[in-house]
This record gives sequence, structure tokens and C-alpha cells, in this order.
Amino acid sequence: MTTNKLLSALMLSSLLMACAPENVKDADSSAGSAAQSTDGVQTGGLGGADSTEGSFLSGMTVSFEKDAINDTSNVLIEKTIYFDYDSDQIGADYQTLIAHHGKYLATNSDMRVRLEGHADERGSREYNVALANRRAQSVRRLVLFQGASADQVEVISYGEEKPVALGHDDESWRLNRRVELVYEAR
Amino acid sequence: MKKILINTFLIISLLQTAQAALRVEITKGVEGAMPIAIVPFEQTGKNTQVIARVSDIITSDLKRSGQFSPLDSDKLIARPHKLEDVNYKLWRVAGVDHMVIGSFKVLQKNQYEISFRLLDIFKGTQVLGYQFSATDRSLRSVSHHISDLIYEKITGQKGAFDTKIAYVTSERKQGVQPSYSLQVADTDGYNSLSVLKSTQPIMSPTWSPDGRQLAYVSFEKRKSEIYVQDLYTQQRRKLTSFKGINGAPVWSPDGKKLALTLSKGGNPDIFILDIKTKKMNQLTKHWGIDTEPAWTPDGDELVFTSSRAGKPQIYRVSSNGGQPKRVTFSDSYNASPEVSSDGKTLVFVQGEGNVFKIAKQDLQSGYVELLTDGPLDESPSFAPNGGMILYASTDKYQGVLSAVSSDGRFKQKLVLSEGDVREPTWGPFKR
Repeated sequence: MTTNKLLSALMLSSLLMACAPENVKDADSSAGSAAQSTDGVQTGGLGGADSTEGSFLSGMTVSFEKDAINDTSNVLIEKTIYFDYDSDQIGADYQTLIAHHGKYLATNSDMRVRLEGHADERGSREYNVALANRRAQSVRRLVLFQGASADQVEVISYGEEKPVALGHDDESWRLNRRVELVYEAR
Repeated sequence: MKKILINTFLIISLLQTAQAALRVEITKGVEGAMPIAIVPFEQTGKNTQVIARVSDIITSDLKRSGQFSPLDSDKLIARPHKLEDVNYKLWRVAGVDHMVIGSFKVLQKNQYEISFRLLDIFKGTQVLGYQFSATDRSLRSVSHHISDLIYEKITGQKGAFDTKIAYVTSERKQGVQPSYSLQVADTDGYNSLSVLKSTQPIMSPTWSPDGRQLAYVSFEKRKSEIYVQDLYTQQRRKLTSFKGINGAPVWSPDGKKLALTLSKGGNPDIFILDIKTKKMNQLTKHWGIDTEPAWTPDGDELVFTSSRAGKPQIYRVSSNGGQPKRVTFSDSYNASPEVSSDGKTLVFVQGEGNVFKIAKQDLQSGYVELLTDGPLDESPSFAPNGGMILYASTDKYQGVLSAVSSDGRFKQKLVLSEGDVREPTWGPFKR
């Protein structure tokens, strides 16, 4: 497969992902396609993570205008970071996304974000509050690294108390181990 | 400080009794428990519908403890009510150690007189006998009190049936606004009372040592805060509202301090708050997670969960601080510790893969024993006499309360019909 073909294949799969959020989530667990698209960026040398303006290889727009967080074609529309079990490590595939959110906050100093940490139902409840707090803190560090100021970012941990998926299986657990970025105007 | 906060999504009430349908399910029977014959009490006086049968309550209490094996009422060879009607020889042959007889007299509407006698079959004599008056409101409590007296006379250990438990319920359906409730109930799950309702999570209820107050975590302001609520005056006050986590509150045995988890420094650590002076002492300081503190009964030490070795493990530390010592060593998930009232036994949650069970550990020998089978058991809480452990488990993935005798021999589920039930915590002895 030539580089061009590979890139267009990746673009296509990324576009499909962008249209169907469910697929994006499915891709996260396999560490396959989501990671590949990041690799794709690097291979293409477009430096999507560093550009403040322009077209991200995924086909999503990267811009930091104030309403970009509500623009379904902008990368900032994705506001959930998923985690491995009993882990607060941010996967390589989310580093770029969080960096974009950090830049957005740095650009829009009148915006604030609540980082709401969550855990799956396994394990004890207060430990899960602590774990989900650390997940949100991990996201906070990356956001601040991009120049957002500390008073723009609030960390809240709900532990396992607010699941989005009510099942008791790997898929539900995966969807519940997350940090949600909730924006508020200051 | 003593302001009562009431807003639209928050209702505090002690008057509202939710009589939830309750299903008691015995999941593990017992061998080697003491056989006891509890004869249904004789009912005399005015013929009215009575809300509960005293002898049924006593039977289910003693059975639940795992120490006793009450005869099924259809297996009773005779049904005496008076001392002179008891044929000891007959019951000796039947292999019964003890027997309870009694009467229930309806004096007038909502006024009862209950008397009972505990008989030692081998000695051929009465060893205990009391008379009580009761109303509909106190009937179950008086019955539990009788169970306590019987339990103490035979085992030599104080009974804990006539105490209270607290727990959290949630009703949560996909797409519908969830509702959370903090409930107080009898130890068998009856007489449940909602003391707080919220659309936001309520967590980690904990009893004050005098049984008057509950401390808990509420997310009603879209962040965690610790509140203290008086169960009699219904007054509540906010105790902590720091940035980050305000969690895992637990009263010191003398009632003067509260151990809790804060992450105001960015990372979860354990602090001790002097309730009166509001002085806050940081007990642990580590880059890992430190949470879920619990006091030893003398108040000299605390046990807690920490991820400082990677996976969560349990540690103990002096209440004055210092270097924590590791207590659990198995290569699994060990969390949510509590120490028995004699200070000898630790109960906690032990996880292997996706299966979480209640375990106990002898603090001296380090010997660990699994008490339950999982798959999602959590929040173990000792009865004040150490005889039973209440915990949260699942029944077809509905959260239910369960109890296991502390020797692991007897298990029972209390299935409430409404929503998920979790985080049970056993209250202190009545004062």
C-alpha cells in the first residue's frame, strides 16, 4: 500500500468515526484504529497537534474560536477521555485532543471547564472517587501545559456514582471510565 | 452554622416512612448452630389486626445471627405458652437446647403487653423472663430487644438486633433523572425512613458514636461536600467543602473528630478534623491514593486504603501520624477496611479480576478468610457486637443489602423492591 493510499484510507475511517460517535468509542478500546490515525498524522508530517488553525488530518477542523466547542465538525466536539481499569494514565490517542482543549482555554480566557472524573462500578466506592479524581487531575495537567490558567479548570470526581452505561459488562465499564470536559462561560 | 438547607431537589424528612416491600432470602444455611424452639406467642385480649408477630421477628433475628437454628414452627412437637405446660423431657429428646415461650396481650387498640420466658431445656428451668408494653410504633423494636436479651443470655455477647442501619438507595434508569435517598432502617430492613433525598449522588453515610447523627457526602452543589445531620432535630450542617474530594467521613470512637479524605493539595490524602475547633490535621501525605479511613476501637490508630504500592492495599497508621504499615499482602485488590469492635479483626473488599468479595483478616496472625462469593460485594460494616457483617451485594445486578455472620457460616439477602441499595453502615448500640 502506498503512503497516499494509507492516508486516504485513514482519512476515510476517521471521517466515518467523526460521523458516528459510537464507532469512535469502539475504536478506543482496541487501541487500533484510533492510535493509527494518530500515527497517520505523524507520518503525514502535518503536525496537527501543534497547528492552531487549519485542517486536521482526520477531516475535523481545528480552530479555537469561542463556539468551536459546539461545532460538530471541530475536534473540540469530542469532550470525553476514556481510561484503562484502575488507571489514571492518558492514552496516546487522547494527548492531542486534550492539548486542543488546553489551547482552546488558553485562547478563550473567559471560558471555564469542569473536568468530571468517573470510574466503573468495580472496586470500592470511595477508592473510585479517588481514582476518578486522579484521572481528572491527569487531564488538568495537560490542559494547563497548553497555557490555560488554573482558575479556568475545576476538578470534580463522581467516582462510580454517575455511570453513562448501566450494564455490568466490559463495554459498559469501558464507557464509564472517563473524564468529561464540561464547558461553562465565566 | 446550624442553618437548615432545603431546596427544590432536596427533601429532609423523618416523618415520611417508606414501607418498602422487603424480601428476605437465605442464601447460605448453617450447620452446628444451636437448636432453639420459639413457640408462637399466645395472643389474648381484643381481637385486632397486629402489624407483626413478635415470635416471628425473634425467630428471624436469631436465625440471621448464624448462631441459632430455630425449629420450623410446623416441626414443634408442642406449643406451650405457660411455664407449667412445658414438658422438658419431651424437648430434651427432641434435641432442643433452649426454648422461648410468651404471650401477646392486646390491652386496647395500639396498646400491647408482651411477656416472654427463655428456658434452658437441659437444666429444666427458666433462665430469663421479662414483660414489656408496646405500641404499633415500638412493636418491632421491642421484639428486637427481646432477641438481644435472649442472644446475650445464651452466647454471653451483647445482641445488636435492636439497633439501626443506614444505607443509600438510587433509582436510575437510562434517560430518566436519577434520584438518591439516604435511608435509616431497623437491622432487618424494616421501618425504613428516608432522611435525605436528592437528584445528585449521596455517598458514604457514617454514624456518630451516640447514634444521633449521620455524616455523609452529598453532591447537591455539583461537587462533593461533607454534611452532618441530626436524625432527631433534622438539622443539617455543611462540615467541609474544599476544592476537590470531600469524602469518606468516619467518626472517631469518642465522637470528637472526623477522619476524612480531601484532595485539596491535588491528590487524595487522609485528614483528621476536630469537629469543635475545626482544626484540620493531615494524617497521610503520599503521591498515591490514600482514602477510606476507619478507626480502631481505641481511637489510637486508623486503617485506610492506599495505592502507594500500585494496586489498592490496606495500611494502618497512628492517629498522631507517622509512617503507615502495610496490613494486606495478597496480590489482589484490597480496599474499604473496617475494624471489629474488639480490635482483632479487619473486614475489607478483596478483588480478583472482576470478582469482589468480602474478606476478613485476623490482625494478629494475618490469616485471611473469604466470607462471601461476590461478584460485586462491597462496603462491609460490622455490627456493634462484631457478630455479623452487613455489606452491599447484587441480586441479578440490582444492588441489595446482605448480611453474613462473622464466622461466614450464615448468609442472608435483604432485597428491597425499590431501586439499588448500597453502602450499608451499621449504627451503634442504643444508649
